[in-house]
Amino acid sequence: MPTQKEKLRKKELTINMGPQHPATHGVLRLELDIDGETVVKCTPHVGYLHRGTEKLGENRTYLSALPLTDRLDYISSMANNVGYCLAVERLFGIAAPERAKFIRTLASEMSRISSHLLWLGTHALDIGAMTVFLYAFKEREWILDLFEMLTGARLTVTYPRIGGVRNDVSEEFLSSLYKFTEEFPKNILEYETLIDQNRIWLQRTKNIGIITADEAINWGLTGPMLRGSGVDYDLRKYCPYDAYDQVEFDVPLGKNGDTYDRYRCRMEEMRQSIRIIRQCIEKLPQGPVMSPDAPKLTLPAKERILKDMEAMIQHFVLISKGPISAPIGEFYSAIEASKGELGFYFISDGTGKPYRMRLRSPSFIHASILPKLCEGSLVADVIANIGTIDIVLGECDR
Amino acid sequence: MIESVISSLGISGFAVSMIALLVKIAIVFGVVMLHVAYATYFERKVIGHVQLRLGPMTVGPHGLLQPIADGIKSFFKEDIIPSGADRHVFKIAPVISVFAALGCLAVVPFFDGFVLANINIGLLYIFAMSSLSAYGIVMAGWSSNSKYSFLGGLRSTAQVISYEVALGLSLVGVMIMSESLNLTQIVEAQQKYWHGMFIIPQFLGAFVFMIAAFAETNRAPFDLPEAESELVAGFFVEYSGMRFALFYMAEYIGMLVMSSISVLCFAGGWTVPPFVINAFPSLAAVPGIVWFMLKIYFHVFVYYWIRSTLPRFRYDHLMALGWKVLIPLALLNIVITALIKYFC
Repeated sequence: MPTQKEKLRKKELTINMGPQHPATHGVLRLELDIDGETVVKCTPHVGYLHRGTEKLGENRTYLSALPLTDRLDYISSMANNVGYCLAVERLFGIAAPERAKFIRTLASEMSRISSHLLWLGTHALDIGAMTVFLYAFKEREWILDLFEMLTGARLTVTYPRIGGVRNDVSEEFLSSLYKFTEEFPKNILEYETLIDQNRIWLQRTKNIGIITADEAINWGLTGPMLRGSGVDYDLRKYCPYDAYDQVEFDVPLGKNGDTYDRYRCRMEEMRQSIRIIRQCIEKLPQGPVMSPDAPKLTLPAKERILKDMEAMIQHFVLISKGPISAPIGEFYSAIEASKGELGFYFISDGTGKPYRMRLRSPSFIHASILPKLCEGSLVADVIANIGTIDIVLGECDR
Repeated sequence: MIESVISSLGISGFAVSMIALLVKIAIVFGVVMLHVAYATYFERKVIGHVQLRLGPMTVGPHGLLQPIADGIKSFFKEDIIPSGADRHVFKIAPVISVFAALGCLAVVPFFDGFVLANINIGLLYIFAMSSLSAYGIVMAGWSSNSKYSFLGGLRSTAQVISYEVALGLSLVGVMIMSESLNLTQIVEAQQKYWHGMFIIPQFLGAFVFMIAAFAETNRAPFDLPEAESELVAGFFVEYSGMRFALFYMAEYIGMLVMSSISVLCFAGGWTVPPFVINAFPSLAAVPGIVWFMLKIYFHVFVYYWIRSTLPRFRYDHLMALGWKVLIPLALLNIVITALIKYFC
């Protein structure tokens, strides 16, 4: 018979945070072993939002897989579209015309602002400052309205096309966007008034979730997660695509790699995005928005299909078989999305559909550092850590 | 006044005072419950306007009937007791919370002469009652058979016990200055000074009391037991319908009680500072209850204001603030007050 003392043993309390939990940003599930308020073990479980995007991509032509990418990081669908189109363009060896490049740059930065605003709102809400959430959403609404003006859709835009963008921008859109760039920096100041110097906010974010530069590189972090630790790496700057080589901007860097530094990084990035958008509006060149050197890749205009035999056949082939001139081989292309490096990896067998489409999604890689950040910290810091990695499960689970 | 009406009905002796007391209790209960209902409305409106939105607008003009709709809704909702819950404890927990919160009202003088029980240990009684409300929370957290509510219950116990100390100590200065624990006498004592409010000599105590009162009532930024982003809703996550509403009521009554103690002990209760009356003699005609209510409304507004502005504390920071800052400050306040009282 075991004695009373032998029967008593210490065991951690296992709680299941998510997949339905207000602070796990979608359907992330964390299995936490806690000892009082301290987290002893943290195991993230992903896959609750798996929709088989990669497999679907193999069964669709290069042209028709584009709308799938909207649903990855649905907060900044424009950046995903741009990343996909750019990857296919590079695969086929074509380039978008100058005007389209500027429009894409401008639209990507708009989606970066909208994504960062959502991150700011939810991150602050998780830590308990709920007013920031509504302030941030006010401006996000404005951006979504601008998206609607530009593309007709607010969230899943499917605006860029392989070889350009779907339609040209209107003067009206450009002037409203310019007005936004004038107003928005004042709004950033407003958010900062609420939390930047707040002692509780500083206590909750400073020295929480520290990632050193070496760790950040070893874990494969990208985007603000990497730059918050002071590593100067930004694909827009060092591997420019679209019109990023023609605009001036700074890459904000953090120092300590804690939650507060990443917060500062993202706030600065919004200011830099405004700078980029302004330059794009000012430098926007005239010309076509669809590449003329890609007749095998782009759908012909509707009027031409009805009148012209050639155009009708091209349309038929593109829809049924896809662009059949793909070079055979493996190919990787990445862009700097708002959350980090978003990569598209194709294995092409020369048909109109990729043999394999693989996505390098920053959220998935960032989720892997959660155990490292959370173990040994308090339950309240788990929430701050989930907020700071800025995870979107649509992209994580694909 | 109530007594004279009752005795004119032909009742006499002990029965008069008993019936008068019951009538008074009914009045206080009714008025406070109405205030609780509209405190939720006021909160949603204040926070709504802080956050650039309108708050409730649909039910009635400017959403004025919203609290009534909420009440009806929670009253008719299905009452769910989770399987594996300790049924008796689960049922009694919200009752204890509301009982403790309502019990505090017995010693609160709403205006000169209107108090249900004019006992000489009024303040001590209130401390005792507000400590009792922690039992409701702990029992709710324990009996729900849910890990989240259990954690919420644990947090709340630790928080309420720690801040109870600071809360009690912060009022010792007031007790020394007024030489009484009776709330009516505390208010009368303030009238003897030129400032008419203890908040001026007792600013340190008032400061500690304000913060401790926020923690004691589990309001933001100390709403850890019900931190919705961490523990979803904390100790009452498994409650539904009217039992859930009872916890809500207890929280708002607690808030009103804390505001009224603060008003009575630091802001002169139903009185106005003498220098204000001297400057505007016509203000003396305003009934005391009006001043009392106005002061309480301001307090409650501050609760909402802070809730909509500040992020939430972390558990260890909360404990550090309570034990390392507030309690030493309150002790310092006691020492200073006692020295001044002794030598001057």
